[in-house]
Order: sequence, then structure tokens, then C-alpha cells
Amino acid sequence: MHHTGFESAQGVWWKPAHKSEKIWVAIAFAWCMVLFAMMPLWHLRGGQNPSGIRARVEPVAFQDRVNEFVAEYGVTDANGSQVLENGIPVVQPPPGSDVYMMGRMWAWTPVLFLEKNAQYTLHLSSFDVNHGFNLYPFNVNFQVVPGYDYGLRVTPTQEGEFRIVCNEFCGIGHHLMIGRIFVEDTGLPAPGSEGGAQ
Amino acid sequence: MTGDGGVVGRWAHRICPTTGLKVHTQADRLIRAHAVVATVSLLIGGIAAILVLLTRWQAVHLLDAVWFYRILTVHGMNMLIFFIIFFEMAILIFAGPVLLNCRVPAVKTTWAGFGLMVVGMLMVEWMMWTGQADVLFTSYVPLRAEPPFYLGVILFAVGALITTAVFMATLVVAKREKTYEGSVPLVTYGGITAAIIAIITLVHGAAIYIPTFLWSIGVMNVDPQIYRLVWWGLGHSSQQINVAAMVAVWYMLGGLTVGAVVLNEKVSRTAFVLYIGFISMASAHHLLVDPGFGPAWKIWNTSYFMYMAVLASMVHGFTVPAGMEMGMRLRGFTQGLFGWLRKAPWGDPGFSALVFSVTVFGFVGGITGVTFGTEQINIIAHNTLRIPGHFHATVVSGTAMAFMGVTYYVIPLIFRKRIAFFKLAKIQPYLFAGGMLVFSMAMTFAGTFGVPRRHWDVTFQGAAYTVEYSPAVDLLLAITAIGGLIAALGGGIYILVTVVSVFFGKPLPAGREAEFADSIPQGLLSQPWAQIPKTEEEPESPWKIGPVPGTMVLVFIFLAAFITYYFANWKLLSFAWKVG
Repeated sequence: MHHTGFESAQGVWWKPAHKSEKIWVAIAFAWCMVLFAMMPLWHLRGGQNPSGIRARVEPVAFQDRVNEFVAEYGVTDANGSQVLENGIPVVQPPPGSDVYMMGRMWAWTPVLFLEKNAQYTLHLSSFDVNHGFNLYPFNVNFQVVPGYDYGLRVTPTQEGEFRIVCNEFCGIGHHLMIGRIFVEDTGLPAPGSEGGAQ
Repeated sequence: MTGDGGVVGRWAHRICPTTGLKVHTQADRLIRAHAVVATVSLLIGGIAAILVLLTRWQAVHLLDAVWFYRILTVHGMNMLIFFIIFFEMAILIFAGPVLLNCRVPAVKTTWAGFGLMVVGMLMVEWMMWTGQADVLFTSYVPLRAEPPFYLGVILFAVGALITTAVFMATLVVAKREKTYEGSVPLVTYGGITAAIIAIITLVHGAAIYIPTFLWSIGVMNVDPQIYRLVWWGLGHSSQQINVAAMVAVWYMLGGLTVGAVVLNEKVSRTAFVLYIGFISMASAHHLLVDPGFGPAWKIWNTSYFMYMAVLASMVHGFTVPAGMEMGMRLRGFTQGLFGWLRKAPWGDPGFSALVFSVTVFGFVGGITGVTFGTEQINIIAHNTLRIPGHFHATVVSGTAMAFMGVTYYVIPLIFRKRIAFFKLAKIQPYLFAGGMLVFSMAMTFAGTFGVPRRHWDVTFQGAAYTVEYSPAVDLLLAITAIGGLIAALGGGIYILVTVVSVFFGKPLPAGREAEFADSIPQGLLSQPWAQIPKTEEEPESPWKIGPVPGTMVLVFIFLAAFITYYFANWKLLSFAWKVG
């Protein structure tokens, strides 16, 4: 019997659905399966996955790693002293190396000089509160959580000036927290279009 | 109280002259109290919304940084926690005692729950306004607020749990006292769904805010990643209470405004069960680009067990309009594919609110949400303006719009008052949902450029490096602000209409609805639900695709939009740096 949603359902209401309802449920179900399949499929065939190498790390230990990284690959001037930009050390790691980047109220350390089409393992962590890694202008985003090392295998596929905009609220200086990555084209070949970052 | 009331059995009640239901006087009072506090929260959150808007509109940039984040915290807490949950408690008291023709089983306990919620809310407001909780809605540890902030949230959650438990007790009492025949109405079933999700949610709230409170007074540690995991069990799941409650209200408003029928109880109820089973996994939507979880965990959880909760919403997105079409066709509006829509009562604010709620929730909120909640696509969405663009379409023009629409019926039915400024009320849904639609779309597009959410100054004045977004972003942020201000005007009208109607409104004498056609929604005059033929016969359809051809066309348009947007985002993602 026809009734509205605010009237009690009488008798046996466990009846077969209308044909149109069945059609829609079947189509919606099939679409849901497509939605589900796309994610594992992109892990196999796609070039952008947020998997990374994940580990716990004490903030102080991570800071030490950043310092070692700067000592190893830091850019030095004619006198042999570390080049600083706005007080932040500039680092030029070789392709294939582990790169460490730390968020701290309200700066990203260090400044990175990378090569186009080279792969790096970019370790992200925070010294204090949550920060957000947003790559300007290409809109790539990762969460930066204190106590956790997020090691992402990154291949810059465009050259030029990039910024790291903090996009997780981290206190009153949040809007000033901007870092810099410079990518130079050294003529490395582009990674294969399939699974380039795997 | 008007109506033929009395003390029959053990409880004081009145008989609703429109529906014939017995309404417990205490249910009336409880609904009123919850609705009043909900409206106060809406007013505070709405004023905060205007201030936030006028700051993010870079040309105006009203507040300084300190007050921007403070007011943003106020906006989030009042809208997403206080307004929504107070309103949902009112819905539970309506869907339980009122619709089941039953008394409120534990009156004092329910009032105690209400009292705890109010005390908790006042503590949180005090902390926020005095600058002792500048931690935003999410209060991610180790950002720290003063202890009373966390304690306030805990008290609020416990109060809401008590009211939810009383709702559950109502189901038992109503069954035992045989106050209704057959199975509970579908709307109540949706209410039960919301209540179960509320319990899951509030338990998560307790599980995270109690340790965080202890952390704030220095007696234990809280891991920032675990915090994010459990907190979102509260933060996202509370939006799933909204979804379930909103869908229940859709069925309610459909019946009230156009005599919508339930096409098939089995299908609609199964969809609600899918919500209960899987929707709470959505905490993962916020953790897709976090370091603490692996791909298998992310895929499994973000997809709510292979998108079963999305399937549920797609089912409701069909059955709600289909029920409306069927109801209209059964009452003789059989012309063509969309004759039923053309002849629908567009001047009834309950109806227009319903239509906006369903379409904006589905087309904007739903499609963007599922797309951004895809593990990899989240890389180009996380923490950008795409996220608030998405959830304003769901929570504001979806849930809040539906709740506002049902208020235009609750005022005459529960409060027995005529609607004040009814002409304004008629245009209110158009302003509110229309403004929010513009707001959400402009904000989502701005987010596509990578513009961060929760950010005081996206021109980055005084920062070490320059960042300059495309000029399109300026335009989009201005459109966002203008859309938001139109919606705020709609929200203001809602508050004006409800407050004046409830506190200073003229009474609606029983049985004299026809005399007040200019101040009550159309559905109460025509009572379409009473004109549905009580048969099994289906309306004739000129089309081969069943009795609801118009809805079939609409849902296929929806599916086409969904597929287009979803794959466009994969394409966009493929342009990003290689990362894995």
C-alpha cells in the first residue's frame, strides 16, 4: 500500500523492488566497483601515489638528520662557508639521494636545488606541530606530522622556481611559512610515463 | 498548548490536529529547548562566517591574523558541533516520541543531557572567545588549548550521548506499549541510523578528548598521528550523523510537501543499514596523505568497504526524488517526463529547501567528496580550498538546508504558530542554497590552483618568498565571498523568521489552516500525503522505463556529471610530479 516515509510501514514490506530501482542500484554498484578498482590500478600503472617509506622518528633525531644532510650536500661559497638564504641553508643533493625537509614554526629547512627528472627520496617531518606540504604552483600536498618520517620518492618533472606553502594551521605565523625548491634542467631523460615513481 | 490535550495514561499530551498524533508536552518542550540553542549557535556561527568571509576576500581582509584564526575556530565549533548536534537531538526527539505516538521515557534524564550539552557549549565558547583555544575546529595535538576547552567538548558529547540513549529507550517503550502498528516509519528508521552513528561518533569523541584533556593538564602523552586518526572518527563521522538525519528529513519533507511515497521500504532501509555498517570508516578521508598509514589501509577505509556507503547515498538520491515523482503522479500530475516537477509547489519553502538540499548535496558535495576522498586524487586536494568547498555543499546547502526546510513545518506543527514574514521565508531557500552553491563552486575552483584552506593571507605579505596565484584566484575568492554573503543573508532570514514566529508569532488555531494560507507552508493546506490512494496500483507511465521516468533521466545526468568530474581529476593528477 502506498504510504509516506513518516507513516508506520504496515504488514510485510519486504517486497521486490521496482525494475527502475533495480536498474539504478545495479548501475550504481558497478560504478562503485570502478571507483574502488581505480586506486589499486593507479598504484600499478600511475605515477602519483602517497605511499612512501613511513617510519616513526623523534623530532630531535629528525633535526639531526637534517643537519647531517646540510653538512653533506650544503652549497658553499668561495670561502667554504654554507650559503644561507633568509637564514636557511641551501642544499644541492645529487640525484638518487635521500633528501630531508623539516617544517618548524614558521619555516621550511633547507632550501633545495634539485635536478629535473631525477628521483629523490624526500623525507618530510615536523619539529613541533602539524604542518602541511603544498608545492606551489603544481598543487601537490602532503601532511607533515611530528614524530613521523614520510619518505616520498619524488621526481620533479618540471623545472623552475617552486614554493612550499604550509597549508596546515600551525599558529599565528602560519601564513608566513614558505619554503623554496629550485629545479634545474640538466638534460636528464624524462621518466617513463608508466610507473615512473615506483 | 492548543489542541485537545489531556492527561491520558500517565503523561500529559496534546493531540496534533493535523496528523492526529499524540504529542507529549515534554517532547514539545524538549524540542523547543534544543531548537532554540541550535538557533543561537547558528547565529554565533553565522556572524563568525561573515567575518571569515570578509577576511578571505583579499580586497577586504577585515580581521587581523589572531582574530581570523580565533573566529574561524568559533565558526567551526558552532556550526559543525553545536548547531548541528542540538538540531539533531531535536530531530531524535521528534522521530522517536512524536512520530511513534509515544511519551519521552526519561524526561529528567533527557533534560540533564540537554543541561550538560549547554554547559559544555558555554565552556567551549568562553575558551574560544577569550583566546584560550586558538586551535581551530580540529585542535590537532600538539597545538594546545586550555584544559576547560577539552572538558567542555567532553561534557557536550556526554550530554548528547544521554539524549541519544533516551531515543533508543523510546524505541523499546513504544514497542512495548504498542503505540504504533507495523514497523517504525522510514523517517524514524533514518533517525535510528543517525542515532547509532551518533553513538559511534560520540564514543570516538570521548576516546580522543579525554586523553587530550589529560595531556593538556600534563599527565599523559598523545601521539599526533593517533590523534588525527581518532579525532576524525569524531570529526568526519559527526558529518555522517548529518547525512543520515538529512536523508530522514528528505523523506519527511517529501511526504509533507508533495505526498512522496516510499517506493520500496526494503531498498531504502537497506541503504540506511549500509550507512551504519560502513560510513564511519570515513576518518580515512583526512589521512590519505598522512605518514602513519599504508596504501592498503587507506584504500580499504577511504572507500568505505568498496564504496558501500556511496552506494547507499546513490540509492537515496534515487529513491527520494522517485518517491516524490510517484507521489505526484499518483495524485494526477502525470504529464510528460517532468510535469510533476513543473507542477510542484516551488513557493513552499519546505519543498524548495528539499530540492536544493538533494541536488546540491548530490551534484556538488557528493561528487567532489568521493573524488577528493580517492587515495591518490587527495594529493591534489588535501588542505586546499577544495575541501571546504566540498563540505559546505554537503553540510550547509545539504544538511542545514534540509533542517531549515523542515523547520517551516515544525513551527506550525509543533509550536502551533504561523510563520512570520512568510514571503521572506519563501525566498529563503533560494538565497541560502543558491548563495552556498556559488560559494562552494567558486571555492572548489580556487582550491584547484592550490590555494590553502584555513589561511589568513594568500598574498603572503611579509613572507620570505613570494607566491602569486593566478589572477583568477582573486576573482574566485571574491565570488566565494559574495556567494557566502548571499547565503548568510538567507541564514539571517531563517533566524529572523524562526525567532519571531516562535516567540512573537501568532497562534495557528486547529482546523483553521485554510484561513492562514499566506503564513503557513502549502503542504499543510493541501495535505498531499492524505490524498495518496491507499492501494498498490501504480500510476500509468507513458515511458517504458517504469513509473518514475523523470527521476531516471535525472539520475543519469547525475551519473554523467560524476564520471566526468572523477576522471577529469585523474587526468589533472597525472600532470603532477612523479611521487610514490
